[in-house]
Amino acid sequence: MAARGWRRAAAIAAARPGPGRAPGVGPASEPAPEAAAPAAASVYVHWPYCRKRCSYCNFNTYLVPAVDEAAVRACLVQETHTLLQLSQVKSITSVFFGGGTPSLASPGTIAAVLEAVAGAAHLPAGAEVTLEANPSSTTTQRLAGFKAAGINRLSIGVQSLDDAELRLLGREHTATEAQAAVEAARGLFPGRTSIDLIFGLPRQSLGAWTQRLEAALGLCDDHISLYQLTLERGTALAAQVLGGALPVPPQDLLADMYQAARTTLVAAGFRHYEVSNFARKGALSTHNLSYWRAEQYIGVGPGAHGRFVPRGEGGCSREARVQVLEPIAWMRAVQSRGHGTGKRVMLSPLEQLEEVLALGLRTDEGIPPERWGRFSPHLSLEAVFGAPGQALQQQGWMVLDDGGLRCTARGLAVLDALLPDLLCQLQRAWAAAAPGPAPGPGRKDPGAVSGCGPAEGS
Amino acid sequence: MALAGRTAMWWARLRSPCPCAAPLCLPPWLLAGPAACERLYSSPGKEKLDMSTYPVENIRNFSIIAHVDHGKSTLADRLLEITGTIAKTAHNKQVLDKLQVERERGITVKAQSASLFYSHEGVNYLLNLIDTPGHVDFSYEVSRSLSACQGVILVVDANEIDLKHADPERVEKQIEKLFDIPIDECVRISAKQGTNVEKVLQKIIEKIPPPQCNTADPLKALVFDSTFDHYRGVIANIALFGGEIQKGHRIVSAHTKKRYEVNEVGILTPNEQSTHKLYAGQVGYVIAGMKEVTEAQIGDTLFLHKQPVEPLPGFKSAKPMVFAGMYPVDQTEYNNLKSALEKLTLNDSSVTIHRDSSLALGAGWRLGFLGLLHMEVFNQRLEQEYNMSVILTAPTVPYKAILSSAKLIKEHGKAEITIINPAQFPDKISVSEYLEPTVLGTIVTPQEYIGKIIVLCQDRRAVQKDMLYIDEHRVMLKYLFPLNEIVLDFYDALKSLSSGYASFDYEDAGYQAADLIKMDILLNGNPVEELATIIHSDKAYATGKRLCERLKDAIPRQLFEIAIQAAIGKRIIARETLKAYRKNVVAKCYGGDITRRMKLLKRQAEGKKLMRKIGNVEVPRDAFIRVLKREPDK
Repeated sequence: MAARGWRRAAAIAAARPGPGRAPGVGPASEPAPEAAAPAAASVYVHWPYCRKRCSYCNFNTYLVPAVDEAAVRACLVQETHTLLQLSQVKSITSVFFGGGTPSLASPGTIAAVLEAVAGAAHLPAGAEVTLEANPSSTTTQRLAGFKAAGINRLSIGVQSLDDAELRLLGREHTATEAQAAVEAARGLFPGRTSIDLIFGLPRQSLGAWTQRLEAALGLCDDHISLYQLTLERGTALAAQVLGGALPVPPQDLLADMYQAARTTLVAAGFRHYEVSNFARKGALSTHNLSYWRAEQYIGVGPGAHGRFVPRGEGGCSREARVQVLEPIAWMRAVQSRGHGTGKRVMLSPLEQLEEVLALGLRTDEGIPPERWGRFSPHLSLEAVFGAPGQALQQQGWMVLDDGGLRCTARGLAVLDALLPDLLCQLQRAWAAAAPGPAPGPGRKDPGAVSGCGPAEGS
Repeated sequence: MALAGRTAMWWARLRSPCPCAAPLCLPPWLLAGPAACERLYSSPGKEKLDMSTYPVENIRNFSIIAHVDHGKSTLADRLLEITGTIAKTAHNKQVLDKLQVERERGITVKAQSASLFYSHEGVNYLLNLIDTPGHVDFSYEVSRSLSACQGVILVVDANEIDLKHADPERVEKQIEKLFDIPIDECVRISAKQGTNVEKVLQKIIEKIPPPQCNTADPLKALVFDSTFDHYRGVIANIALFGGEIQKGHRIVSAHTKKRYEVNEVGILTPNEQSTHKLYAGQVGYVIAGMKEVTEAQIGDTLFLHKQPVEPLPGFKSAKPMVFAGMYPVDQTEYNNLKSALEKLTLNDSSVTIHRDSSLALGAGWRLGFLGLLHMEVFNQRLEQEYNMSVILTAPTVPYKAILSSAKLIKEHGKAEITIINPAQFPDKISVSEYLEPTVLGTIVTPQEYIGKIIVLCQDRRAVQKDMLYIDEHRVMLKYLFPLNEIVLDFYDALKSLSSGYASFDYEDAGYQAADLIKMDILLNGNPVEELATIIHSDKAYATGKRLCERLKDAIPRQLFEIAIQAAIGKRIIARETLKAYRKNVVAKCYGGDITRRMKLLKRQAEGKKLMRKIGNVEVPRDAFIRVLKREPDK
């Protein structure tokens, strides 16, 4: 069976020393334009359950007394199969199990989904397969089980290495448990263990943050994600801050924390390859890069998002798709229709380009001209952003050269303040390049490709 | 504020007959027979009403007077329900307030009329309710409406802050003392719950006299309001002080001497309902081919061609108190805005309008308003009814300067000039004296707020003229205010510090000499034309500092540092610094975050297009007006 074969090969690849990756799927090089390569996509699988809700989290997660895992597994497998068929994707570049707390799922469930992926498309043996894990559900034994199921990369939600901070965040684990989990993970997934840390907690000082960071540096492997705490509406933590029980962290302090972290990690040999992500020895996350590079991705599970062309039903436009949010409703949909897509929106060429811009600029590589050209064959980066005296470039926020358009380090920290202007510029250039009457059959968008063109590969 | 459970008290009283009404006239009709007593309005739109079944003695024209938020519109809703004018449903809220802005703000801006039919002791009455606005800015609308009435209902909220403290006995005593209205003429009602509202109708019939006039006389109709309809032209609201009017009549305006042919007459219920005729004593509308509202001058008298009458005294025209510049956000919108302004001023003749232009803002207008609320309401109506977004400059009052420079005097053709635009403020060197407009303000307040109110008035450079205890609890204060000190937010401040109890009214009190200067606000060295203001020199430092501080809160941080300065000439008198962003990027942006993220970014990109750019600084369009509105606690 193809799927079994994949697991064996994957196990061999994982056993290779260092960050073993199959050639051609490594993140360092962008894949060949989809027109030439076989249609490829990454797969995101959402496990919606948690044992406890963290005080800062507003994700689509659910706390239930007992999860009917067999039913959820069957639906995940079914939906994976259906959506891969629908996308007609031939090759899968990466798989990511997120949540929720997917490390609460049994290794058997993970294995079943991976087998469904490998059964419906080519999943190269070295393809990155990541599992998000909480330190409280990651004993060595469980981790070994996940590894046997096909997981070859772990992303551990450490969040902090201070017990008081962990309590404020509503985490289930202690700093010691987090440490033990990371060590166990590194033993099983050497070079392929990532940790998440949160900074900018109410009352956290710059000194406390640099201390945590130093401790994390002593513990970590080759990938770290540093997230500034976002006070999401409706969370317990946001309510405490809004109610005045906790102070709002000052803007300038947050900037200092970010700057300090960047300096520390770069000095330790890490590449700051995305706003919140750092890697050394080439251990970038292939899967997450696929979002920022505006590649195709297929979302499986309750509330999962996808961006792909549903070629299986004759579609030739990229769609933004969202699965039904609530797990029970999602399962009912999967059981009756084979998938639980709750919303699908066709993205116009301009909308696709807007995503290319907003996401690509989050990375240090920015937007290379080849990628831009794939989405906008007739309106170049220079045509849109290259106007002489372009203020953002003059002021040192952006660079536009042969390598494409990207942020400077200074610009990256204020990207969200730059983007509205850049989007306005894009919209203006787009409108100017496509003059004439209202949209109709006669009108040709500068980026529009007639029929099922190469924009999304075939 | 909710009206729930409010115990309100009412009285209806006789008012001296309208001074402009003809002397006693005998009703030409006999009491109509039973058949004529049927309500003929029950088939709206189709059959025209025969208004001759309502002889003058069966007519009552009245208005309701109350303070803002004392529940006048709620009472009007109940009266309309009880008389069957509108169906009784839970949705009847502010039925007479037709404008969106009125409903949103819970205020009445535009006076409305409604004819109610009510049977009392076997007689059918026609009761014409003329609703009036409550805010001091709109007092001219009130005086207009009253001229069409023979009596009024005064609504007094007998509620104390807390519902448990409703104290009708005390309020009755106050009313007796203040207005000489006997306690037994008060009706205690709750309009919210409908309690005793029927009794109000009976009192109206018993206590308010019918209009005194005669259908046999020549036509004499007072224009007390007008509106503009895109299809039918001007609709003039009229009160007949004599004669009758019907389709085909040729009428003349006493004011313009222009002749018109009547196309339609009718009553308001509260929507227009055409009738065969209108007769002496009745209130309704006339459509007669007038193309502009200015043709239906408020206060004008209409009479029949070749049957001229002595015109009614009319009204003083509304006098603008506040001026502000209005400019299109984008100059390409100039013509659209022009047409919107023309249409809106058709329905609001109290707004004055002059073309104006500015270096920074391009071509626009300088508008005169009755007050700040009037200005805000006008602006809101532009947005809501005409979908226009505009730049509005800081409001200013009409200052004067006595010029000393011979050159300037020659230029203006006179020594005394009126300044309604800070950009035209003449330099001190060429001026012998600046003058500011003043008003005599009357405040009535429960005594416990006197201390705070005196401090407020002193802070506004007001001079006390009088102080009188009306009863053991209430005080009436009279102050001479510089007008600019009250136009912005004095009313709000007063209401706020007196928990809504203090009332305020004012009248013109001429000009006084004042030490005035022009203050500019600069953003990174570039003047913000919207915020240039003429102020008293004693207030410059404090005002400049406050404006800078508030601008700092109103302008979002940007990619560079922003210096916010107040300047008099070249001298900087206040400065705030808005630091640059150092970090502004969302931490997490993966598959599920992207849609949400893009939506937000695109909304921000759209917002950028509407931002006002001053130099390189982007300012949200509502920032300036927010900055200008003072808060009493600041």
